[in-house]
Amino acid sequence: MIGIEHYLVVSSILFVMGMLGIFLNRKNIIIILMAIELILLSVNLNLVAFSAFLGDMTGQIFAMFVLTVAAGEAAIGLAILVIYFRQRGTIAVDDVNRMKG
Amino acid sequence: MQIFAFYLFASIVIASAAFCIFARNPVHSVLWLILAFFNAAGLMLLVGAEFIAALLVIVYVGAVAVLFLFVVMMLDIDFAELRAGFMKNLPLGLLLALVLMAEIIFGIGAWSAGGMGEATAVVGPQAGGPSNIEALGTLLYTKYVFLFEAAGLVLLVAMVGAIVLTNRKRGGVRVQNIQSQVRRQPEDATRNEQPEVGKGVEL
Repeated sequence: MIGIEHYLVVSSILFVMGMLGIFLNRKNIIIILMAIELILLSVNLNLVAFSAFLGDMTGQIFAMFVLTVAAGEAAIGLAILVIYFRQRGTIAVDDVNRMKG
Repeated sequence: MQIFAFYLFASIVIASAAFCIFARNPVHSVLWLILAFFNAAGLMLLVGAEFIAALLVIVYVGAVAVLFLFVVMMLDIDFAELRAGFMKNLPLGLLLALVLMAEIIFGIGAWSAGGMGEATAVVGPQAGGPSNIEALGTLLYTKYVFLFEAAGLVLLVAMVGAIVLTNRKRGGVRVQNIQSQVRRQPEDATRNEQPEVGKGVEL
């Protein structure tokens, strides 16, 4: 029988994958944004699993809000990426700290 | 059957997440991300959260992934150069990932072993109760209605922000000037002439 632990393990592996993606692709901000999406997906999976196994719908409501915020975050992040690319012609995030003020 | 479906979806989710972060080409990354979201939606279906699963497919696969694809294709970037630090970061990243993974597994083990709260398994929607979407909608429009409106506000701000950020004025482009069109009077635009026979009209 599939218990909540199975879901927790899957979502934690997904979370670690996302974190690893951020560490490995430190220069490519597009992959970093995708890794953040993976992390948010693992959080959603966790919320839905707890909501289902504990019989409380609030977890699914929160999963919806996390989804909303993730969509907004992706839109804003990619917009910032586009204007950054327009300014500099590259998306290497190593020298983003030059972007002062 | 349920167990088989769970392991199928879970293994594909994890494999496609791994391919997503290891892929050389960002377009392939986006496609692997889409596969991961589809299978996560399948995992959510298995516990009876149909609405969230559908939302995941609609919002992520339909909107966010397409947004990523557009941006990846719009920017003309040498991606090989961006992967330069990949091998350098690999050992440290793997070490951190393993440590985090071990901590999380340990935490889950401790949580499931100890008696913190009751973890009674209630799988799927209860028979005879309201369906998933009905229960979700009832809760969303009564108890969490202000939070729901706040989510709408977040989306509005994100939309306006994205438009304001990426909109730019370009010189040398002929655009419609509505003000001058509205201000134009018939007297400025037309002229009555009585040309003599055999003579043309000066335009």
